[in-house]
Amino acid sequence: MTLARRFARTLIGFGALTIATLLVAPLVGPTAINLRRVFDFSVPFRDNTDAQIFFVARLPRTLAGACVGALFAAAGVVFQGLLRNPLATPFTLGVSTGAALGAVLAITFNWSVGFAGISAVPVAAFAGSLVAVVIVYALAQARHRGLSTTVLLLAGVTMNAFFSALVLFVQYFASFADTYRTLRWLMGDLDVSSYQPILAALPTTVAAFLIFAWLARPLNLLSLGPDSAESRGLDVTRAQRAAFFSASLATGAAVSIGGPIGFVGIIIPHLVRLIVGPDHRLVLPAATLFGAAFLVGCDLVARTILAPVELPVGIITALIGGPFFLWLLIRRP
Amino acid sequence: MLQATDVWFGYHQPRIFTDLHGSQPRIFTDQHGSQPRIFTDQHGSQPRIFTDLHGSYRAVLRGITLAVPANGFVGILGPNGAGKTTLLRVLAGTRQPQRGTVTFDGTPLTRLSRAALARRMAVVPQETHLAFDYTVAEVTMMGRYPHLGAFEIEGPEDIAIVEETLASTGTLDLKDRPFSTLSGGEKQRVIIAAALAQLHAGHASQPPSPHPGVLLLDEPTASLDLGYQLEVAALLKQLHDAGRVAIVISTHDLGLAGTLCESLTLIRDGAIVASGPTDEVLTPENVRKVYGVEADVMRHPSGQRVVVPVRQSGTREVP
Repeated sequence: MTLARRFARTLIGFGALTIATLLVAPLVGPTAINLRRVFDFSVPFRDNTDAQIFFVARLPRTLAGACVGALFAAAGVVFQGLLRNPLATPFTLGVSTGAALGAVLAITFNWSVGFAGISAVPVAAFAGSLVAVVIVYALAQARHRGLSTTVLLLAGVTMNAFFSALVLFVQYFASFADTYRTLRWLMGDLDVSSYQPILAALPTTVAAFLIFAWLARPLNLLSLGPDSAESRGLDVTRAQRAAFFSASLATGAAVSIGGPIGFVGIIIPHLVRLIVGPDHRLVLPAATLFGAAFLVGCDLVARTILAPVELPVGIITALIGGPFFLWLLIRRP
Repeated sequence: MLQATDVWFGYHQPRIFTDLHGSQPRIFTDQHGSQPRIFTDQHGSQPRIFTDLHGSYRAVLRGITLAVPANGFVGILGPNGAGKTTLLRVLAGTRQPQRGTVTFDGTPLTRLSRAALARRMAVVPQETHLAFDYTVAEVTMMGRYPHLGAFEIEGPEDIAIVEETLASTGTLDLKDRPFSTLSGGEKQRVIIAAALAQLHAGHASQPPSPHPGVLLLDEPTASLDLGYQLEVAALLKQLHDAGRVAIVISTHDLGLAGTLCESLTLIRDGAIVASGPTDEVLTPENVRKVYGVEADVMRHPSGQRVVVPVRQSGTREVP
């Protein structure tokens, strides 16, 4: 079967799954809503409870889940390709811990000044992820002409540990209420109750996915090793830089919306590779679609399993992800 | 023809760097050897003097000159750390020499785009480990990378080329197997097939290139057992004799090099010890000079050259 046909089949298959999930998710919840009443515009929005639940609570939450799931899954694929390590995650290189530091600072010191109508926490989280990206990149670049992925990995792991220490340090001085808010944020939650964080992350998201589209073939070549990729005509350093920055920005954008929701960036790429094979031209679009469906699905479970209590979705992904990770480790001989 | 002229390559910049404006040619001095050597370079427009007096600069290649004929089979031999791999990288254009030029069919490598060069020259490393489980066909298809646009999907012709090169390396029946499940010899044959797919100009290309592409192989048999070594050697000989590629091979296997190569270049500490037709270069004196080993070089009744290392001579000459 030619690649074009496999590509079409992949898009149709995973696309159908994603669309179905997006259509069902906003309708399910502790309170039953009636679609006809949601779109009954003769009733003023103020009095239309069904429309309020649908447009204010569930739709932004579903869209946030789709956006964050797609970003984490695609960023996971790119990081795994860049580091040539199938166990890399979007959080391996310190981006999410940088974001966590930003968020914790914003919560603890009660920063209220947002940016363009977005509240301070997502802005601070995204800024924190940028700081982490710049530091890790500078470290990896310092002693090499190109980008050393080994140094990148070491720098990322080190910065992860260091930022975690700073998070704990800030926590030590926080009030109980702030500590609780921080903990909730760290669990990863999609309860955005507005479209603002999604809209704010949109430009970064679009830019990252445009670069991902270009990266698909270079990532295939990188899996041969940098020297072989270079001799096939690829500008390896440029591809590695593009991969690092696009995947880091995608991670930063996703964390700014939903917090560090774990395991999406590793479960989805692996499942997708089992289905479509390792070619990044298929893995990237499939992971994007499947990641969106998966996180929306997980959030649906999180919202309903202990209703009326709404669990943070990060708990559900971690409960699925932990055993999945173990299965991966045991499965490989 | 692939030609390296007075190629220098090192890992650190010299500590003293003088740039004298005047009318003299460029001068480069090197004091690592027992005698300081001065090389002049008249290509640059700005006359300069580079001096390295403190040994902070590790010259890996020192003025190597090498020519690979359009249908040549050239061996690069030398002990560990002699600079064989670096030389191959410089020839492949993946490392820029600090000094000197590498030209391909008369054009300096620096003036060829990566893709243009990749279409004419392919590299086979000692071993290939994939990060993900690609099939043999997918790995071979990666050779078509420099022939396709950024978002172009490979077409029927590329698929035909991949099948053709797999067939010519005897690996077509492995097409759908995961690459990681192959034996060492099979892997090398598949990587050679990918290299051939990379050099394939396409069936519709007109006019077809007058010269075959160049295959650079860095110790391609070093991690293979005896049977697979012969398998890969036979394939290389067949490809070369069919006029499909010119070959440059670095190896530690003197017998293999002596049997396959038309000409040899012996290097030590980044400098050429001997270079020329295999008969003239593969001599007991040169083996002693390069490896510090007393050896007999003989002709086996099969016609192959055999190098029998007898003992260490302890007189590795300092160049």
